[in-house]
Amino acid sequence: MDIANLLAQDRVGKLFLMVLALMAIAISALNLLVPDSSAMHLSTFTVTVVGKYLTYALLALAVDLVWGYCGILSLGHGAFFALGGYAMGMYMMRQIGDRGVYGNALLPDFMVFLNWKELPWYWQGFDQFWFASLMVVLVPASLACLFGWLAFRSRVTGVYLSIITQALTYALMLAFFRNEMGFGGNNGLTDFKEILGCNLQKDGTRVAIFLLTALFLGLGYISSRFVVESKMGRVVTAIRDAESRTRFIGYKVEHFKLWVFVFSAVLAGIAGALYVPQVGIINPSEFSPLNSLELIIWVAVGGRGTLYGAVLGAILVNYAKTVFTGILPEVWLFALGGLFVSVTLFMPDGLVGMARKLASVRGRGLKLNQRSKL
Amino acid sequence: METIMLQPNDGIKPVSLGRLLLLLASGLWLLAVLLASFAPAHADDFADELNRLPAVPMAEMEQTIGRLAHIQNPKVVEVLQAMHDGRLFYVKASGRMVFADTKDDGFKLTDALSGEALGVADRFEIKKIAVTNALRTILDREIALLELNSTDVRLRMKSVESVMQNPNPEAMALLAKQRELEKDGGVLEAINVALALADLSGKDKALRGKAIRLLEGNLNQDVRNRLSALQEKTDTGEYLEGDSEIRNLAAVALKKIEYKLELNHLAETLFFGLSLGAVLVLAAIGLAITFGVMGVINMAHGELMMLGAYTTYVVQLMMPNAIDYSLFVAIPAAFVITALVGIGIERGIIRFLYGRPLETLLATFGLSLILQQLVRSIFSPLNRSVSTPTWMSGSLEINSALTLTLNRFYIILFGLLVFWGLLMVLKRTRLGLEVRAVAQNRAMAKAMGIRTDWVDAMTFGLGSGIAGVAGVALSQLTNVGPNLGQAYIVDSFMVVVFGGVGNLWGTLVGGLTLGVADKILEPYAGTVLAKILMLLFIILFIQKRPRGLFPQKGRAAEG
Repeated sequence: MDIANLLAQDRVGKLFLMVLALMAIAISALNLLVPDSSAMHLSTFTVTVVGKYLTYALLALAVDLVWGYCGILSLGHGAFFALGGYAMGMYMMRQIGDRGVYGNALLPDFMVFLNWKELPWYWQGFDQFWFASLMVVLVPASLACLFGWLAFRSRVTGVYLSIITQALTYALMLAFFRNEMGFGGNNGLTDFKEILGCNLQKDGTRVAIFLLTALFLGLGYISSRFVVESKMGRVVTAIRDAESRTRFIGYKVEHFKLWVFVFSAVLAGIAGALYVPQVGIINPSEFSPLNSLELIIWVAVGGRGTLYGAVLGAILVNYAKTVFTGILPEVWLFALGGLFVSVTLFMPDGLVGMARKLASVRGRGLKLNQRSKL
Repeated sequence: METIMLQPNDGIKPVSLGRLLLLLASGLWLLAVLLASFAPAHADDFADELNRLPAVPMAEMEQTIGRLAHIQNPKVVEVLQAMHDGRLFYVKASGRMVFADTKDDGFKLTDALSGEALGVADRFEIKKIAVTNALRTILDREIALLELNSTDVRLRMKSVESVMQNPNPEAMALLAKQRELEKDGGVLEAINVALALADLSGKDKALRGKAIRLLEGNLNQDVRNRLSALQEKTDTGEYLEGDSEIRNLAAVALKKIEYKLELNHLAETLFFGLSLGAVLVLAAIGLAITFGVMGVINMAHGELMMLGAYTTYVVQLMMPNAIDYSLFVAIPAAFVITALVGIGIERGIIRFLYGRPLETLLATFGLSLILQQLVRSIFSPLNRSVSTPTWMSGSLEINSALTLTLNRFYIILFGLLVFWGLLMVLKRTRLGLEVRAVAQNRAMAKAMGIRTDWVDAMTFGLGSGIAGVAGVALSQLTNVGPNLGQAYIVDSFMVVVFGGVGNLWGTLVGGLTLGVADKILEPYAGTVLAKILMLLFIILFIQKRPRGLFPQKGRAAEG
């Protein structure tokens, strides 16, 4: 199935990609081309915030792939996101060179602080962008592969699986909080100066990263759509709906699940790698179970099993979070909690599901006509 | 009376002046004992000696202290202690001896003899009776010897320990005498150890051997130090202790001591592990029954524990004068409140989500956020302190190497009690019967006329109520704050997953095992690493036993 064909069938997806492209171009233009004094000028801060939302959207896409299509409620996807982020953070840490507080060319500041004499073996190679990029993909992928292989092989499903994915990210959080781990402990990695030789504080770099994020989100969407529309995707959906039956028909359920899980982890890792240069810090709190749970609600709000719903949900919920925590910080947790309860109770299919229902009520006649043609 | 007094002088030997004085003093002391009813006589004696203190030159201070110590007067210990602590002063103008305690800028004075309060004086009005460090050691010894005669067992114990720290022949003689009189077993043992240690430093080989055998298996720190000192070598490789027989005996004794210490350490670890395990069982058991019966994961379980802890706090606020009894009010109150909240959750949210366990998980998680924020808004985000009743504080000293804190001891007891109670409810009551029926086969139970939705609500209420009770227990161990529940929720899930669903025994064994394992790992790996290892272990354990230690069998197994 070629891409054009794929998109031709996915009308909402086409719309989404078009909106994404237009928005990306418009935002960059408003920031770079419109002078600062103009009312139309968009601050670099706004560009970065939108960029951050887009990385969240990519992460939500990854979650939707496993939850919406495969029925695996992973409460540990934040871990893959954070690992991707750490890999990118390590690269940018190495780029600081001797411009750190201690001026040590060989070691990052926190290692000098801890009195370390040489770079640990797992930091080797992160001076190179290509190596770091490879790690952004490989580290989350191998963790997902190992964990998924262990879990799916022994048929851990449902809430059990959710709980142990949560334990996974919790364990990683505790581990990364330790200074001895060599990832900056509590403070994590920060104070980045540049990426690929471009100053991170410059508007141009920021916009470039933003555009790159939009591009990756688009690519992520297309590849996810490709995966779910492929034959493999059909089997995965079948597993979601009737796992035993699919197994009895003769499919190796574990392999399909593992494949989707690893692919999703890679998407999450890439999202994390794009997130870190924009926010300028990565620390162990990204591993916290609460973060992973929050991203589940993005997908639930948007509507799972649709891909574009996840993107929509991620952007809406995070926008609401920015607004709420700005005006009424103490209300945010009430709102978030309420969102969890009300979405699961009243709109199990999310906003997309509601929109579909409305559309089907209005366009019932039309639909019937279409069906008769088939 | 005269004869008694004169007796020492009968032998016409040349006696040194100090000796004579000492004898005189002891004679006087004897006299004083006999004249105990005529208190003023010896009180004056004491007063004289005391009032002379400012004039005594430093060189004679030691003798003066000795004399003071041998005067039979209930105030002696107090005066010597004050001298030791640098609280003994005299008023420059009148020469009156006083105890002085700093108060604001000046000193609060108390008459050393009468105990009468003399008001506040300025620093320059009074002068301290200075003591050197050497004198302070002597004072320590004298005080210890005086306290050896005390009627208070604890003071006697303190005295023996103090003598053990700086032994001298006179003290040893007194200890030996006290050994014949001592009634209290603990003090007697301490005296024996002190005497054996003294024998060990002596020259008599037979006595030393006997002493070592007596000290075998004694856990006292001093004993261990002394015995290991016998094993030490000088820089040239010579043993400090020349006698190889003694050395070998000491080595054997030391080995026995170390073995015993190891055992005690193990017992302590086990105790800590069991108390942590009891907390985990308390936290997980409510979760286990709701999950077992209804297949529902209640992510707000931790917050229900938090509510229980806050209930304790509020109860203590309401009865500040009866903290000792507050727990007996708090436990039922917490149970009722959290059970009602739980029933509310079940009726309001969960019953609409049956058959959709993942959605239930999300909805209850949302609820946990709301409850946390609610508590933050009402009680402030800061931790609240819940006081521990006096009967729960303190510790149980098994021996000098093993001390068990009482609150942990009670937590273990309480955890087992709650477990037993829940077991009884499930086994012996109508509700329990129905709960088990629904857990085994919901449709069939319904067909037999059991109101399953009522059973669900009650089960959820029961599980939540136990969470509240667990919260009361937790309030005695940790800080009560809005994040209290979160800290325990992952752990209690691990217990449920490890122990297996729908089996209370699984939860008990799982919780206690995880608690003990955690505490055993901790010294080697550190707290955080121990936790990570436990989580990894459970993730791997699930591979082998996906349904926990005690899986459900038969049809119930396939949910």
